[in-house]
Order: sequence, then C-alpha cells, then structure tokens
Amino acid sequence: MIELSGLTKKYGETTVVDHVSAQIEPGGVVSIIGANGAGKSTALSMVARLVTMDDGSVFVDDHDVLNTPSDQLAKKLSILRQENTLTVRLTVRDLVGFGRFPHSKGRLRPEDTEHIDRALDYLNLTEFEDRYVDELSGGQRQRVFIAMVIAQDTDYVLLDEPLNNLDMKHSVEMMKLLRRMTHELGKTVILVIHDINFASCYSDRILAMKEGALVCQGTPEEIMQPDILRDIYDMDIRVEVINGHHVGMYYM
Amino acid sequence: MSTLAHAPENTSGGSAPEPQPAVKPGATDRSDQAGRPGPFRRLLRSNGALVIAALAVLVLAVISTFVGVADVTPATLMRQVAGGDTAGLQESFHLLAVSRFPRTISVILAGMAMAVAGLIMQQMARNKFVEPSTVGTVESASLGLLAVTVLVPSAPLLGKMGVAAVFAVGGTALFLAVLQKIPLRNALLVPLVGIMLGNVIAAITTFFAYRFNLLQTLNTWMIGDFSGVIKGRYELLWLVAALTLIGYIAADRFTVAGMGQDVSTTLGVNYKRIMALGMTIVALISAVVVVTIGSIPFLGLVVPNIVSLMIGDNMRRSVPWVGVFGAGFVLVCDIVGRVIRYPFEIPVGTVVAVVGAAIFLAMLLRKRARS
Repeated sequence: MIELSGLTKKYGETTVVDHVSAQIEPGGVVSIIGANGAGKSTALSMVARLVTMDDGSVFVDDHDVLNTPSDQLAKKLSILRQENTLTVRLTVRDLVGFGRFPHSKGRLRPEDTEHIDRALDYLNLTEFEDRYVDELSGGQRQRVFIAMVIAQDTDYVLLDEPLNNLDMKHSVEMMKLLRRMTHELGKTVILVIHDINFASCYSDRILAMKEGALVCQGTPEEIMQPDILRDIYDMDIRVEVINGHHVGMYYM
Repeated sequence: MSTLAHAPENTSGGSAPEPQPAVKPGATDRSDQAGRPGPFRRLLRSNGALVIAALAVLVLAVISTFVGVADVTPATLMRQVAGGDTAGLQESFHLLAVSRFPRTISVILAGMAMAVAGLIMQQMARNKFVEPSTVGTVESASLGLLAVTVLVPSAPLLGKMGVAAVFAVGGTALFLAVLQKIPLRNALLVPLVGIMLGNVIAAITTFFAYRFNLLQTLNTWMIGDFSGVIKGRYELLWLVAALTLIGYIAADRFTVAGMGQDVSTTLGVNYKRIMALGMTIVALISAVVVVTIGSIPFLGLVVPNIVSLMIGDNMRRSVPWVGVFGAGFVLVCDIVGRVIRYPFEIPVGTVVAVVGAAIFLAMLLRKRARS
C-alpha cells in the first residue's frame, strides 16, 4: 500500500501540492486526473523521491520514502517520467537491461537475463533488441521504456503521462498493456493522465486533483459524473454510458 | 476489461513502417542504419575486434619506441648483437630505458586516460560536444599550476599536481553548476558555455602568467609535448592508469548517470555521488596530464564520438574501446609529429589538434548529411 499523508510542495509562494492524503491499495490501475498545473506530476514525483517534499510523508509498504535507502526503494517502486530524451546511444536490450540495475548492480546474472528476455517479449521488442533506441519510432521507444520498468520488476509502477506523444492506436495499446500488467504480473500501476475517458475505461480507481489538492477519489463510475467533473475541470461535460463505460463528451 | 491477445506488437507496421532493408551480403554498415544491425556492427560488438585493435596499438607502440634521432632500431640492435658490440648494445638499452620506453608508455597512458576522461565528461554533461579542454577543466588545472608555481615555486611535482587537481575539480564543478542553471538544454549551448568559461579562466591565467613572466611556461602546459619525457619525469602518469581503471569499474553507474538524475534515482543510483566521482576522475586525469605532458585538446572529443558511432554508449563496452583508440590516436600523432620534420619535433598537442579538428568536422558533416 502507498500512503500519502499531508504531502505538500511549495515553489516560492505557490503551493503546488497542498496537503494531499490518500491511500492507494495494491493491485489495479490507479489514474490521477486534473487540469494542467493541478499538481499531479509533482505529487507523483514526490512519491518516487524525484522531488523533495516540503511537508508530509509517503510510505510505500511501510517504508518511509524519505529515509529508505534509494537502492532499496528501487526494488519496490519505479517511475517513468514523460520526458525521456536519451542522450546516450544504447541498444534496446542494453537499456531494458539497465532496469535490472537495482537487483544486479550492473553485473547481469542468469535471472536478470531472464527478466530482460521476458520484458522484451512482453512488449514484443525481441526483434528490435539489437537496435539503438534512437533509431526507433516514438511509439516503439515508449514501449522500450515501459519494458525497462517491467524489467525492474517493482510492485509499484508510476507513470507520468505515458500516452504523451502516442497516437490513438498506440494509446489504446498502451492502456491495455498496463491493465494486462496488473492482471498477469500483479503490479500496481499509478499514472497521471489527461484524457478522462482513458482514465474512465481502464482504471480501477481515479484520484482527481485541483489546484494542488486532492478533491475526490473513487471508481470511474463515481468520478465520471457531470457535477463532479465540473468541479474538477470548471467546464460542463456530458457523460454517456457506452457498453458499460462512462465516457465524457467534452469535445464541443 | 477487454481481454487482448497481443497488444502493442504490430506497431512496427502501424507507425512509420521502416523499410527493412534486405541485408545484402557485403552491405556496408551504413545501409544497416535503419534496419537490423548488420554483421559489421555485430563484429564490432565482439571482443575479438577489441583484441585486434589492441594488437594494432601494440604494433604502433613498437614503432613509436624505435622512432627517434638516436640510431636505435631493431636493425641496429641486431647488428650490435651479431657483432658482439657490448658497449653499443649497452648504450642502446640505456637509451631505450631512459627515453624511448618512458615516452611510449606515457603516450599510451595519456592518450588512453584523456580519451576516457572525455567520455566520462560527456556522460556527466549529457552532451557529446564537451571534453575536459572545452569546459574549463584543463584551463583550471593550468591556473592552479600557475598559482602554485608563483606562490610555492619549490613545491614538489606531486604537490603541484595536487593543487592543479583541486583547481580542476573547481572548474569542472563550476561548469556543471552553470549547466544546471541553463533552463534550455540546447545541445550546442552546452559546449559554448564550456568554451566561454574555459576562455575566461584561460584569460585570467594568461594575465597572471604575463605579470609573472611565465608565459613561456604556460605555453608548455597548454600544448602537449612528449619530447621532455624521460625516466623519472613521467611516473606520475601511472596514476591516470589507476583512474581509468576506476572509471571502468564504475562504468555502469556512469551510463546510468548519463540518462539523467531522474532515471538514476529511480534505479537507486546515488546521482550526486557518481557525479562527484566522475568529476574527481576527470579533474585528476586532466591535472596529471597537464603537469607531465601538457594539454592534448580534441582527443577526449573525437575518440568517444567515433566509438559512440561504432558501438554506442554503454560504457561497460565503450571504455575499453575509447582507451585503446585514445592510445592509438596519440601514438600515431606523436609518431607523425616526430617524423614529419625530422629531426625536429612538432608537439603532439598541435598534431592532435589539427587531425582531431579535421575528424570532428568530418563527423559533424556526416551527421548532417544523414539527417
């Protein structure tokens, strides 16, 4: 379980994340939604110790993120940020192999190789394994980074806008894959996402943030209500139920 | 939720279908750029290729040992042995031990270490266009050397080296700190900042060198030259061999650091610590080389870039290649410098700079032509 209590981040006078408290149960896909600047990414980054918190605490399975050794935490929790510009030229296999670093410290054992093979296979990257990452298309590259995270084999996988730069087809594939990861590999996937309909169709739970605060949380059905969405986004969104999924109509 | 068979697979067909070039037998590496790695690339990644390269450097080292004004060649040695010329033979061996071997060894050590220092610098700055002599490290080492020469002229060589190293760490840290402050991480802005910073430090150094009438001395630090290397005056260079080895041991961590602070943290690597280690290695190597040989510009830029094109940036693989190529490159340049105006010598720093600049320009143009 990931437990946030009173999580706060300030940049100068602005409070970006304002006393956020939440409990995220293990298993399933959890989406964090909200308008631009609501503090979603900052909150996620604090959970993953990439950004230092000004107040509050985060516990990952009873490990305090603040004082658990970083290399130990790296076996429990991984994060993929949205900006993944690689300046180093690495092959797909090498990059995915670096996901094993918390376990192998660089010296790959047979079990590490197994994990790498499995991650490559899981994302159908085996045929690309000798290619350089910078020679791949955007969608393929995103999959390589996900494979790296899978190879890291952590219980919790945090993703900051994983659909960024992906077209519709790849976005759908990515979301299906994330669901599959939770089912087949027993991971807990927590992601920041902009498209409420992807959040609605593929999440088990949704957390909604506004102006740094956590304003509500619940199942997709509970969150996908016109009055709640108006609260979060300051706009009127009609909600239709299609095949049991709640879909927000916000295009016009 | 929906079950799915194979989600993200057919993407290679969906997005920008890459034309899979049928790898023709004998196809060059270039034609494989877009497709699967060709046999040439695979060969380069094998250890066999590295061994061959190392042997080639060994051959260069033997040639380097027998180039010089004094008549000591394998042929003369044979003649002396055959003719029972003990006195001549003794003289020859004396020359080899005092001058030739030290020179060849120092060329190999300095070339290897400066090239690896460039590679580490590039990983730390996350930019391919930097090396110790373009970010102020070498300039800072010279400033430190000048300071200690002026203030404590009697300091032993090791002490001078120490002061130079401390200054070099300071200069490198300053560069990396300035980089952090630049919001826009433009690939070309980074080396420009380094060059400006280096020039400012060099200007300060030149000013004081001028005031203290040490311009000539400063020049010997700024232009690498192996002609002064004799037994007893190069041994400090063994230190850079140890530093290069440490760089190799920590290679995986440097590769992780090259992926940025966030990736490092999520993989449990202490980013600050690995950056401190990298800075120390780069600064110490630069300081030792400046104190003993003088600056060898462009080396740390050209060699890692060639290796990167060949086998990529996984440092576990590239450090040995960079070391071997660095040594080979400087060996060739040193031999050329000694032969081209025989019996006079052109400093290796000058030769490396000319050849290196030409290679670097060619690489830039090639890159542009491809994209």
